[in-house]
Amino acid sequence: MCQVPQLFQDWFATRGWAIHPHQQQMLARADAASLLLIAPTGGGKTLAGFLPTLIDLAQAPHDGMHTLYISPLKALASDIQRNLITPIHEMSLPVTIDARTGDTAQSRRRRQRADPPHIFLTTPESLALLISYEDGAHMFKGLKRVVIDEIHALADSKRGDQLMLALARLQTFCPDLKRVGLSATVEDPATIAQYMARHPDGCDILLADPGPAPDIAMLATDTPPPWSGGGAAYAIAAVMEQVKQHKTTLIFHNTRAQAEIFFHNLWLANDDGLPIGIHHGSLDPAQRRAVEAAMVRGDLRAIVCTGSLDLGIDWGDVDLVIQIGAPKNVKRLVQRIGRANHRYNAPSKALLVPANRFEVVECVAALDAVRAGELDGDPRGPGPRDVLCQHILITACAGPFDAGALYAEMTTAGPYCTLGRAEFDACLDFCATGGYALKAYDRWQRLLQRSDGRWQLRDPRSSQRIRMNIGTIQDSDTLKVRMRRSRGGKPLGEIEEAFAATLTPGDTFLIGGQIVKYEGLRDMTVEVSRDGRKKPKIATFTGTKFATSTQLSARVLDLFTGSDWPDLPAHTAEWLHLQRSFSALPQPGRLLIESFPHEGREQTVIYGFAGRNGMQTLGLLLTKRMEDLGLHPLGFVATDYALLIWGLDQVQNAPALFDLAALHKGLDTWLAGNAVMKRSFRASATIAGLIERNSPQSRKSGRQTTFSSDILYDTLQKYDPDHLMLQITREEALRGLVDFGRIEEMMTRIGGRIDHRHLPHVSPLAAPLFLEMGRVPVKGAAEERLLAEEAGRLMELSGLAQIHPAPAP
Amino acid sequence: MKAHDFTLAGVQLKALNTGALWWPEKHLLCVSDLHLGKSERIARRGGTVLPPYETRDTLTRLAADLALTAAQTVVCLGDSFDDPQAARALRAEESLLITRLQHGRHWIWVEGNHDPGPIDQGGNHQSEIQIAQLSFRHIATAGASGEVSGHFHPKVSVAIGGGRVTRPAFLYDRDRLILPAYGTYTGGLNSTSNVFRQLMQPDACAVMTGRTAIAIPMPRTAR
Repeated sequence: MCQVPQLFQDWFATRGWAIHPHQQQMLARADAASLLLIAPTGGGKTLAGFLPTLIDLAQAPHDGMHTLYISPLKALASDIQRNLITPIHEMSLPVTIDARTGDTAQSRRRRQRADPPHIFLTTPESLALLISYEDGAHMFKGLKRVVIDEIHALADSKRGDQLMLALARLQTFCPDLKRVGLSATVEDPATIAQYMARHPDGCDILLADPGPAPDIAMLATDTPPPWSGGGAAYAIAAVMEQVKQHKTTLIFHNTRAQAEIFFHNLWLANDDGLPIGIHHGSLDPAQRRAVEAAMVRGDLRAIVCTGSLDLGIDWGDVDLVIQIGAPKNVKRLVQRIGRANHRYNAPSKALLVPANRFEVVECVAALDAVRAGELDGDPRGPGPRDVLCQHILITACAGPFDAGALYAEMTTAGPYCTLGRAEFDACLDFCATGGYALKAYDRWQRLLQRSDGRWQLRDPRSSQRIRMNIGTIQDSDTLKVRMRRSRGGKPLGEIEEAFAATLTPGDTFLIGGQIVKYEGLRDMTVEVSRDGRKKPKIATFTGTKFATSTQLSARVLDLFTGSDWPDLPAHTAEWLHLQRSFSALPQPGRLLIESFPHEGREQTVIYGFAGRNGMQTLGLLLTKRMEDLGLHPLGFVATDYALLIWGLDQVQNAPALFDLAALHKGLDTWLAGNAVMKRSFRASATIAGLIERNSPQSRKSGRQTTFSSDILYDTLQKYDPDHLMLQITREEALRGLVDFGRIEEMMTRIGGRIDHRHLPHVSPLAAPLFLEMGRVPVKGAAEERLLAEEAGRLMELSGLAQIHPAPAP
Repeated sequence: MKAHDFTLAGVQLKALNTGALWWPEKHLLCVSDLHLGKSERIARRGGTVLPPYETRDTLTRLAADLALTAAQTVVCLGDSFDDPQAARALRAEESLLITRLQHGRHWIWVEGNHDPGPIDQGGNHQSEIQIAQLSFRHIATAGASGEVSGHFHPKVSVAIGGGRVTRPAFLYDRDRLILPAYGTYTGGLNSTSNVFRQLMQPDACAVMTGRTAIAIPMPRTAR
């Protein structure tokens, strides 16, 4: 299929478009079993993906579904549907198209299953649900192509792993199915190709012209950035100026809370009353859609946003991207930059705004990396087994299955191609019996082996519960926020339960750019009223906290080896010179540790450069080691680069703290009881189907019948420490929140080369750490003591102490 | 023994940090809402297959409290079993452990909404029971006095140092005492719930369980 039919050529001509070379090539290679297109943002990727489908359908009638399109975003699916309807109508093509997401109405879902459209647009979760139905094979009968959009975003997550397992299923239904992946620029296309192809088949890679180099720089400001913090309030005036000079500016932030604060400050400085919007994942969907619509119409001059705008919806004419705060990750930075000048072959324009002095260094390192075209990324390792467990249950919902056949099918999925039969069997046993050392569920197995050897659900009703819990996205516990009104006011968005718990009536916080006052909690909804006067307490959306990538950290270390730094602003270069003359700068392949007294405490700073999650974990492990060694640590604070620990006694022998075996042991023993591990467990146990997020009867929260997943974790630790779910939790600890893998990487990198400096006072590089938020007290006896003190205070205050005299214990 | 001492209807009582109630004068230990066999019941009804260790864990903790107090009378205040079938489905070694705990003791099963009707596990079965000045029943009744009950699984939250600690708790005022759930697989209902605001007097006290027993004024408003 090399030739573009006349009908299509004419249509392109009437629009004044030319077919891009990579779109032509996609057509030429439409028969490849797997094909991955790497194209920069704005390169007409989606059309490249659909052109072969449209031409095929225009030339030969097709019965049933022809092409399945998968996108990570619901919004993307409806956006694509809109964009495809134009050529379909204008060329009068005999093509039906429909989308299905979690929001699609029941009646339309039923119609889609009975009479599938030619082009079907959906998300990984909806696809997983569809293959769980008994009639899955019928719905996808005759399917020829599957197009996976933004596969680079999916390949980084469990959503992608789940999708690949679902594709393996589809490939069994339709052996000739062709796979097409569409990806933004990534560091290692071969990894994604291997990920998406049917294993062991290969996957062709098509690299589109990357387009002109971006026009990217650090934003010059009159005021130097502060020593610490992430708000970048110092740059408000300079950013406002840029907004005025451009048509539409996207202002990216790393966290939702920072986006809220920045938006608030920008609004205060918006003397001309320019239309500026805010967009992030905690806002009410209706509000988000309103902002998106205004943006498409070109009504907005700037949008303050987070990763919620990272993926490729066509947002109209953005001519400037501003990244506030260090980008943390070069690949994501490049993808964000690509959002400006969403036109093929036009350079993107972007500005970086470091939020503090250290981030100036990181921004310069990131700019170097972008110019050198060096992207970053950490290999993910084999697909996690919690997703595998869920897929086994999904398969069981569709009907009896043969374990050997299912195993063979799963190993054709890229992320699971190295899965061993024993590992698979452990997952199957977990799904069937729970997989406990104590065989307790002989009578009530979830899956039963039938006399013909195949497996099926014991209780057919459980398929409903399994379907209700499909998916791998973990929403943290959030509460809805709405205006207090007599009949339920306007929904504003969501805040985390943990944050809501710290609010007292009268407290103020920011949401959706407005200051609101906490009034109370009703039916698990936070009720607020408008309040323009007070300074807001900040909403702490934890959201995703990105850690600076291994490669970018290494670049920063490399930058420190220079004798001078002409690329850095003078204020930052001077700071580094000062550090070098007083102490030393951290160096590649070595670990710098500084110890000095400050504020009546012994301080120790470890420049580990292991990313914020890894450094946080290191803080937990080292303070425990120090407690054991009698050094009386009192607390610590971690950043992407450094860890500051304070305590009563001076650290004399720093290398003794850094024994990898001892750190490993700490991870297995005492860190096992840590809240971070429990959160990892909850996520995996939910995905694997041990914990149900949704059940037919129960309404979540507030009821005494539900109990915390921490209890399950503790029980397993106590009675079944080798259980599959604990194995998976330990595997998860190597990445994500615990990120022990980065600590191992650090230990390998430094190889025992530790420079421990004893200094008379705080060093220039360490000083900003004292201003960092997020100090962690060393727990243990401390919590019990604080609680007793608070109890005493409350009893005293209420007068109850006189009524109920507390006798001696 | 880590406990908070208090009086109810003139009776000296100890709220143990483990969640059990100790009445020294009568050598009586009272526990509520054990929910033995919960994992079995959930699996039977087509739910998930939870770690099947909660019965063993609950009974092991109860054994420790019995050893600590040398109790002669034990009152299980209802919902001792997650349902009657769960009671029959206990593993042999779990049944045996109960029998061993009952040996030489006066053992009373008060019935709860989860386990109405007699249970074939030894001991004495009652819908409710009066002992001296105190009446033991599963669910609190409005207007009662000198009443000890369970059912609601009370818990309380306290804000300390920027965070929040939530623990199962006893709630008591001059008329009644509500015990926390003793079973391993049990959640809790916060003291700020309307249920407790209506049942408990304004000067009610909460005793948090945990490493020690800590008494605070019962938190009444969500914050």
